[in-house]
Amino acid sequence: MAPKAQKKPQGKQMAKSSAPHKPKNSAINASRLMKYSRARIFQRKAAYKVKKVKTPAKKSAEKAAAAAAFVVKKIGGDKNGGERKVYKKTPKSLPTQVASRKVQLRPKKTFKKHVRRIRSNLAPGAVLILLAGRHKGKRVVLLKQLESGLLLVTGPRKLNGCPLRRVSQRYVIGTKTRIDISKVALPERLNDAYFRRQRSAKKSAASAGGSADIFAKSDAAYAVSAERREDQAAVDKALMGAIKASGDGPMLRSYLRSLFSIKSGQRPHAMVF
Amino acid sequence: MGKLDKFVEVGRVAFIANGKDSGKVCAIAEIIDQNRVLIDGPCSGVRRQVCDMKRLHLTRFCIDLPHSARTAVVRRKWTAAKLDEKWKETSWAKKLESRRLRTNMSDFDRFKLARAKQ
Repeated sequence: MAPKAQKKPQGKQMAKSSAPHKPKNSAINASRLMKYSRARIFQRKAAYKVKKVKTPAKKSAEKAAAAAAFVVKKIGGDKNGGERKVYKKTPKSLPTQVASRKVQLRPKKTFKKHVRRIRSNLAPGAVLILLAGRHKGKRVVLLKQLESGLLLVTGPRKLNGCPLRRVSQRYVIGTKTRIDISKVALPERLNDAYFRRQRSAKKSAASAGGSADIFAKSDAAYAVSAERREDQAAVDKALMGAIKASGDGPMLRSYLRSLFSIKSGQRPHAMVF
Repeated sequence: MGKLDKFVEVGRVAFIANGKDSGKVCAIAEIIDQNRVLIDGPCSGVRRQVCDMKRLHLTRFCIDLPHSARTAVVRRKWTAAKLDEKWKETSWAKKLESRRLRTNMSDFDRFKLARAKQ
């Protein structure tokens, strides 16, 4: 098939097509095998006609500076010449071979890029049983899964004292009980950064300085911030409304108030939650 | 030794205790030998098949079946005898049902039950 004739760009008068971009190549199957090979597409696009634009050497000045054997530094004082050429020290060891970069066929994924999974029985509105931490045994409501993979839960605080909190899936039993929280609007600012533990600023500054009083008392006890109170109140209100609206309102409330425990004769592996 | 009033006979309604169709009732359509019978439970979802006597627990119900009756006949006789209702009314079936409900109780159900018992 002969390559289609390309319109020659006429300097700055090149007409801007208002039509949507139609790709010249397309995948023929699910594995993204392309219809036209690279060479073929080069022909079809008439890329041989496109002149390569030489990018101006922006970094040449920086490169030159890096290549120079010395750095010119300004110095103070009278009758000193005002400048000195500071020569670069040769490194202690020079490599004898070019360090070959190991080809990462499957590069290490940073934590941010990890796939976050969630157990199939955990959906927003599910009642969870916390198994560890200071709120262990409490039945709480799952609000959503945060970006880090942790679950955002709340008691509601009114019922069992568990605040808006992050919790790991691993320390949780998901029950079958569900509350419809589709009408509960969660504040936008509830994310991982919001719940991140605050290290006392004084300590970190001191450690940077180096001359810290290492026996200095750490900061005062944790105080709940105003935003936390605000968000807790808003979410609680909406959630209590949702609980009321659900079928078993009063029972659900006392259920969320109560604590979970395994009694004699109960076998968790045989129980349905 | 209990009363010997439940006989392995054609038409005897039996409860399948284990295996694929465990928990279902069926009728004995034919006796093969000392240990095996041909069972059929069209109304309870049991396919016509050979079954070992060891898997079956006999019930006190018996329907009037000619031997080697085909499935359609079994179905007709079963529905005429209203065995589905009769079986449900037995305390055996009721106990099975309550056991099933109990194992399938969710955490919330267990809480409600405990509250109700208080």
